[in-house]
Amino acid sequence: MTGFPDVTASHPPLDPGATVLEVCELCRSYGDLQAVDRVSFQVGPREIVGLLGPNGAGKTTTINMVLGVLQPTSGSIHIDGVDLGSRRSQALERTNFAAVYAPLPGNLTVRQNLRIFGMIYGVEGLARRIDEVLEFFDLRTLGDTRCGVLSSGEQTRVSLAKAMLNRPHLLLLDEPTASLDPATARDIRRIIRDFTDQGPGGVLWTSHNMHEVEAVCDRVLFLSRGRILLEGNPRTLPEEHGKESLDDLFVAVAREPLTLEGVVEGVEA
Amino acid sequence: MKARRVAAVVLRQVYLLRGSMSRILPLFIWVAVDMVLWGFISRYLSTLASPGFDFIPALLGAVLLWDFFGRVMHGVTMAFFEDVWSRNFLNFFATPMRVSEYVTGLVLTSIATSTLGLMAMIVVATGAFGLSFLAYGPLLLPFLLILFMFGIALGILSAAMVLRLGPPAEWFVWPIPGMLSPFVGVFYPLSTLPDWMQVVSRFLPPSYVFESLRAMLEGRPAHLGDLGLGLALAGGYLLLAAWVFTRVYRHAVQSGLLARYSAESVS
Repeated sequence: MTGFPDVTASHPPLDPGATVLEVCELCRSYGDLQAVDRVSFQVGPREIVGLLGPNGAGKTTTINMVLGVLQPTSGSIHIDGVDLGSRRSQALERTNFAAVYAPLPGNLTVRQNLRIFGMIYGVEGLARRIDEVLEFFDLRTLGDTRCGVLSSGEQTRVSLAKAMLNRPHLLLLDEPTASLDPATARDIRRIIRDFTDQGPGGVLWTSHNMHEVEAVCDRVLFLSRGRILLEGNPRTLPEEHGKESLDDLFVAVAREPLTLEGVVEGVEA
Repeated sequence: MKARRVAAVVLRQVYLLRGSMSRILPLFIWVAVDMVLWGFISRYLSTLASPGFDFIPALLGAVLLWDFFGRVMHGVTMAFFEDVWSRNFLNFFATPMRVSEYVTGLVLTSIATSTLGLMAMIVVATGAFGLSFLAYGPLLLPFLLILFMFGIALGILSAAMVLRLGPPAEWFVWPIPGMLSPFVGVFYPLSTLPDWMQVVSRFLPPSYVFESLRAMLEGRPAHLGDLGLGLALAGGYLLLAAWVFTRVYRHAVQSGLLARYSAESVS
């Protein structure tokens, strides 16, 4: 994978100090179950924010709401300052996503899928752009292969190629390196890092790999039972909470959220 | 509405059709087989009927129009099912694409596939059995328009049903044309039906097509008012279908159904 594809925005430029994603008091309930509870956070330009937490913490629910496929019970989401609730289409033009549970249709080739999604996102110079992302993600030889017969690593690269097609301001990645071998996972991490280093975009990233999070993310949010328990720099956060590593902190959040909640509330008070 | 997004939905179906004989052949094969079967039945019945009455335009023509309706309806639902089967909803609906753009893409796909089916039927029915569309005169246009609009409406309603009830509900969709056919009088006058079935018939636009077709072939004046009513009903069902699909989509986003749709059953 060489020559990072152009990530300069095709959308209006960001204002200085603007956020690419602003989530405010977001709630989502299913009957009595509060899946997401008053979650607020921001993702700035060129920032990678990790959304961490045990299974069922509310990470994917939050991402689904940011993607506009799940309506919040209350709260607001702004992408590039555009309100997702009232201007869904305009807000989603500036975003894209890749998720391990949403592979591109397996019955179309890589190039066909990229063309279709490029048209949906209104990508200018689409043929050239497809060539760029195929080249960059080392997919040129697989362009005419049906996605369904690709390995999981290749499918992930295709999903990321799709996610980069429209040069999004906000990139949502739900466990993008799950099921990848270490070498490919490292490549993917470098790509995402380059995406924020070389363009104006920001990334919201979920992962269960704490080493990866520590290496890539500028900031992390720990979710548990639908609430943000901790927020901070992944390289200093464990020490601030008396843990040796981010792994230990993750386990503490998963097993003893109430203890940590007390710590955080104490700090905030 | 952005034409490029609509074109993307259609292009996806074109790619699927182009790459798969098992998708292309059903567009032609079953309707062609139907034409052959009903062509021979019509020819045989003509030998039994009183001289001067030709079953080819009355029966084979009616079956052709009914098959066209079925093709239109299934043209919409098949395009929708492709996204169900490939679990593509999250990919599609997490984009800037609007519901109206998606549904328009499905409708355009159905126009293309049903036109192919219609052409195949016309070739067999005229080539092998001498069916002439001149026998229907200019009324052929409202006949096709009513059946097309009602087919699109039922296709969209069926897609809404599957979106609401989950993938297994597709099995409710396939028999819909067969379940409607006794009520719309494809093969017999509506007066043959018991009263309660005739009441149902009045709410089904194809009834007016087949009654008018028979009247015209029997030399009676065509029921233009009835055809107008059929057209208005079909237009009403089309608007209703678009409204229902939009409501079901919104419910799917509100309830979380859309986000969870990749599961086999969401009921």
